[in-house]
Amino acid sequence: MISVNRKGEVWVFAEQHSGKLEDIGLELLGRARTLGDTLGVKVGAVLIGDEIKGLAEKLCHYRADKVYVLEHPLLEHYQANSYAKVIYDLIHKYEPQIMIYGASACGRDLAPRVASAAKAGLTADCTDLRIGDHENKDVVHKNLLLQIRPAFGGNIIATIINYDRWPQMATVREGVMPMPEANGTRKGEIIVEKVHLTPDELPIEILNEHKREKKVNLKASRIVVSGGAGVGSKENFRLIWDLANALGAAPGATRAAVDLGFIDRDHQVGQTGTTVRPSLYIAVGISGAIQHQAGMGDSQKIIAINNDPQAPIFDIAHYKVIGDLNEIVPKMIKAIKARV
Amino acid sequence: MAYNCVVSIKQVPDTKRITGEAMNDDGTVNRGSLPAIFNPEDLNALELALDIKDKYGGKVTVITMGLPAASAILRESLYRGADEAILITDRRCAASDTLATSYILSCAVKKLDCDIVLCGRQAIDGDTAQVGPQLAEKLGISQITYVEELISLEKKTITARRNIGNGWQEVKCNLPVLLTVVDEANEPRVSVAKRLMKYKKARTPVEIQMQLKQDNPHASDEELKQLAKAKAEELQEKGLLIKQWDIDYLGADLQWCGRDGSPTKVHRIQSVILTARESKTVEPSEQCIADMVHELISDKTIS
Repeated sequence: MISVNRKGEVWVFAEQHSGKLEDIGLELLGRARTLGDTLGVKVGAVLIGDEIKGLAEKLCHYRADKVYVLEHPLLEHYQANSYAKVIYDLIHKYEPQIMIYGASACGRDLAPRVASAAKAGLTADCTDLRIGDHENKDVVHKNLLLQIRPAFGGNIIATIINYDRWPQMATVREGVMPMPEANGTRKGEIIVEKVHLTPDELPIEILNEHKREKKVNLKASRIVVSGGAGVGSKENFRLIWDLANALGAAPGATRAAVDLGFIDRDHQVGQTGTTVRPSLYIAVGISGAIQHQAGMGDSQKIIAINNDPQAPIFDIAHYKVIGDLNEIVPKMIKAIKARV
Repeated sequence: MAYNCVVSIKQVPDTKRITGEAMNDDGTVNRGSLPAIFNPEDLNALELALDIKDKYGGKVTVITMGLPAASAILRESLYRGADEAILITDRRCAASDTLATSYILSCAVKKLDCDIVLCGRQAIDGDTAQVGPQLAEKLGISQITYVEELISLEKKTITARRNIGNGWQEVKCNLPVLLTVVDEANEPRVSVAKRLMKYKKARTPVEIQMQLKQDNPHASDEELKQLAKAKAEELQEKGLLIKQWDIDYLGADLQWCGRDGSPTKVHRIQSVILTARESKTVEPSEQCIADMVHELISDKTIS
């Protein structure tokens, strides 16, 4: 645990695997920049691995003022113990006031371990991060990190703060923060840190690893057609595929539809799935729980099709179609196919 | 060789069943109106522990931190095959965040003889997935998160397969270790009828007290204490007394428990805000739907 300090930097864990930076770290730098500017402090990226110094420049292009480079042969492959240890040491040396991580498989494995070692707070899966004040028994804590996330099955939005034990830490899912544009002329300070590690600090042996491409690239699609539990069955989910195919769109789904086995988890849109911001989002048989909205609420246009006029999805839809999806979707497909 | 497993479980409100009735007028959730259930992935963790016991022998101990009502999921664990169950309950645990919770749980695990600690990946009320890794750090042991398959246990070495979202990873490490288990790992077994018949009468001391108070509304505190003692001894003899630990028994440092031990605090809770947008209602007729599609084509939303 470090003490509350107003000069500490805003840090981002710049996740990389096999010498390639993950998008999430770059996305987080965009928001870290805003937070750092609001606080009047520098933005640092923490880059860990082996022979990865070359990636530091890119992090500066994405708004980092400083890149802390932790290189060591034992850091080539991510594992919780070794990465948490070197981050913990770095936190104690420089005392950042904020550190944010991607809520990836790696970030969610790592950040809690760092938080526990540092006896610091950590808020998972934030959908927004801001700077603001907190009043508690007539004491005003100024300029805290407001960590905003849906909670309790998505029925409430909680804003979490830590005012007495720092750094203030949070994880954010990929796609939630828009990625800043690269500025190829931007320069920053690159700080190469000495790393002290012994093989004992790497208790895990990675025997084998297989990464697969996701079955669908929801993030890159201009149009997403998603189905929810209201679609009713895996067979009936054919309607979603047909509409998506007619539009050249990516098929998405709610967590409920995935849990019911209608479609593979790769297609899940929402707080615990992929966050999308397409030109057009078509929600079919989706009631619109806040976790789902967290993953698609920023779509430019939303069409909602549902037979329940009270469904929350209608509150954010631009086009509300109330009725039986089994009749409406074929009509849409017909209209789309008739356009030429 | 046999392995002792400790499974950390949580009782959670069934957030999938939230209806309008579960919301208070101020937009907060009325937890009391929701059914309390065994956190789903904790059942997968328990199943993996029971599976280890079936294959290699050893003991399965289940622990939970929570209100007296959480005794229910301890009983459920006994029905399914757990050997021992422990309730950690103390008012001073209230308002613990994940850091304080993992600290208190670590104090409990340290009191047990244990080779493998198992947790569900995450609980459905918070979805943070933080307590597992934090508990591992507090215990000073390795963690293998997102376990979808236990490949082997050989002497003091475990090999497991992790589901890392966009693929998998096979890892090996020495015991002791903490595993967080995902729902793909297994199909949790159901209660065993014989065990259910036996353990449905199992109680924690706090449950005994509450029941006696209800049954004897006019009894003095001293009388209730005597009755509770007798009842606890009776259950103990039959092997039906569920252990109950408090902060004092754990020897936990209050500085790291409950509200004081929790760095994260709630700044504000809002019921879900729905942004009003310019919107139009489209009649589900063929013509109106075609008009909507044409509008989207003409403004280039659909190309």
